[in-house]
Amino acid sequence: MIANMKHYFKSFALLELFKGLKVTGTHLFSKKVTIQYPEEKTPISPRFRGHHALRRYPNGEERCIACKLCEAVCPALAITIDLEERDDGTRRTTQYDIDMFKCIYCGFCEEACPVDAIVETKIFEYHFEERGENIMTKEKLLAFGDKHEVMIAKDKAADAPYR
Amino acid sequence: MGFEQVVFYLFATVLIAAAISVVTVRNPVYAALFLILAFFSSSATWIMMEAEFLGVVLILVYVGAVMVLFLFVIMMLDINLEVIREGFMRYLPVGILVAVAIAAEMILILASDKLDKPMPQPAPADYDNTKALGEVLYTQYVYPFEIAAVILLVAMIAAIVLTHRKRSRSKSQNPSLQVRVTKGSDRVRLVKMKSEGKVGE
Amino acid sequence: MEFFSSIWGFVPEWLQILIVILLKIVAIILPLILAVAYTTYAERKIIGYMQDRLGPNRVGPKGWLQPIADTVKLMFKEILQPTKASVAVFYIAPLLALAPALIVWAVIPFSETMILADINVGLLFILAIASLDVFGIILAGWASNSKYAILSSLRAGAQVVSYEIAMGFALVGVLMAAGSLNLNDIIKAQSGNITDWFVWPLFGLFAVFFISGVAETNRAPFDVAEGESEIVAGFHVEYSGMAFALFFLAEYASMLMVSTLAGVLFLGGWLSPFQGLDFLIDLPIIGMFFGNGVHWLLLKTAFFIFLYFWFRATFPRYRYDQIMRLGWKILIPVTLVWIFLEGAAIALGWKPWLS
Repeated sequence: MIANMKHYFKSFALLELFKGLKVTGTHLFSKKVTIQYPEEKTPISPRFRGHHALRRYPNGEERCIACKLCEAVCPALAITIDLEERDDGTRRTTQYDIDMFKCIYCGFCEEACPVDAIVETKIFEYHFEERGENIMTKEKLLAFGDKHEVMIAKDKAADAPYR
Repeated sequence: MGFEQVVFYLFATVLIAAAISVVTVRNPVYAALFLILAFFSSSATWIMMEAEFLGVVLILVYVGAVMVLFLFVIMMLDINLEVIREGFMRYLPVGILVAVAIAAEMILILASDKLDKPMPQPAPADYDNTKALGEVLYTQYVYPFEIAAVILLVAMIAAIVLTHRKRSRSKSQNPSLQVRVTKGSDRVRLVKMKSEGKVGE
Repeated sequence: MEFFSSIWGFVPEWLQILIVILLKIVAIILPLILAVAYTTYAERKIIGYMQDRLGPNRVGPKGWLQPIADTVKLMFKEILQPTKASVAVFYIAPLLALAPALIVWAVIPFSETMILADINVGLLFILAIASLDVFGIILAGWASNSKYAILSSLRAGAQVVSYEIAMGFALVGVLMAAGSLNLNDIIKAQSGNITDWFVWPLFGLFAVFFISGVAETNRAPFDVAEGESEIVAGFHVEYSGMAFALFFLAEYASMLMVSTLAGVLFLGGWLSPFQGLDFLIDLPIIGMFFGNGVHWLLLKTAFFIFLYFWFRATFPRYRYDQIMRLGWKILIPVTLVWIFLEGAAIALGWKPWLS
């Protein structure tokens, strides 16, 4: 009986509803957490997995030895590799394509690579304007790596102690 | 012809046209819409006769409530237009007979000298139609009014009783029980039991 | 000016009346449309702030031009029409939704003299016209020939008819307390000071009125007719461009109407809360603010509109059977009991509240 009365009092005084209103009411005046994206950016981890790049050794020779580990480990089958033996007897790729539409940015290729050739940079703002641009060829990847080598080297160094 | 007459004939024409459309259009939803238009026009003519309370109540009750339910039912039914239009010619003689009878009755009433009263004077500006109606209803006609109300109530309850049946397999929830659960005891039952010992012992 | 008045003299009298009425209508509708536009902006801002976001802030300074950008976008969008839609009803439905939401404003007294039609049955007129709002929704749902839309229109129909009864009873309480159906008389019956407002003696009816007002306008937490998580967008799922904009306009105009009505009926409309404190009203310049006037009605309306948004940011959507239970089994009995008690108070002549 008492419990019944208490229940009725609680329902008709809308106590629970007022509690809810209080929560939203206080949040009305709380600090806003919006980041104004193009002008402001959140900090990005050196481990961020964004656009791919192929790296070179300091002497200018490309690192990739066409071992095909990345092609094998890629869960989305986004990587296609073809290779040749060069005149000096080294093994290099003739084709290294990543289909950016298939890629799921898991970072397995980077993990698998024995020579740290393929890496994922923290650049995530890019777009394609025409069909076919989504296929990142070896030339494009190498160029991208050359362009951002300083940043890539810094990120890898920052992450190295934790690997 | 004064401004008022123009307005009156406008509404009257719309009313009659809409009323004819109600019975002639094929789609039942369109018929219901024309019925709404007819209610509106008749309400407008009532308001022109200074019966503003009745005019507004006509819209409130018929258009706002009754027609909503009408549309509700019409939309849910899958009405086969072919079947409905089948018996038109067969029932036409009966229909004409009824129409003639109603028309004759109305002519007899309207032509009788009982209604031959002098033209009523326009009411003064502070005349309150609603108040006048209320005073009559709750003094002179209080018993018929209350009896009518009780009859309506009885009819409503009867309709509910006749159509209400407890479905044995219904799995509907009871919200008042649902909102009444207490935090602990109604939701979870904690059972104390002995541990069964280690596996493989 | 002289030229203008000389032309005005040649205009026949009936045309003069017509022009004046039309100008008055424009003077009400234009600010209303503008208010609707900025109500959408206020809604997005307030709900955004309650969710620790900033809301729209890109178009114009602080996002002030956002509603205009939205309107322009909607105007240039194509109005799609489902293949099997019932064409005439499909295009009439948005108009039927909008028209009642605009007609109601004819009888709202913005101040003692600022009123388009000071009719005797103002309260009843509002109730009657408000009950027409649902036709737009029902017909839109039916004409779209879509299952989501028809589900929504069935829900809306049942819900609005149910809550209209509770709302009507709440208004009966106001009518009993004021002894008139004329909205200006109702406001005048609340004059005196702030304790004479009907919200105090009729608090239960006030709560019921506003709750059923929220339900009537199909707003959260009673927005099962829209229910975007269950039936996509409900009755306007097939509408685009301006046809959709009309529904939007109708919904917000109805919200503004319910808020204004709550202000008029229970919070004394254009009456100032500082009535009776003559020393404030006698002050130079700011005394105008403390006196009666249209600004008080606008402030009260703004408060209720804010409540709408607050509710929307706070409460989850009701389940359909719970909506019906709330309307029929709780709100209507509450109003009946309250009206009975009020009748007893009036019969006994209890002075402090109801004279």
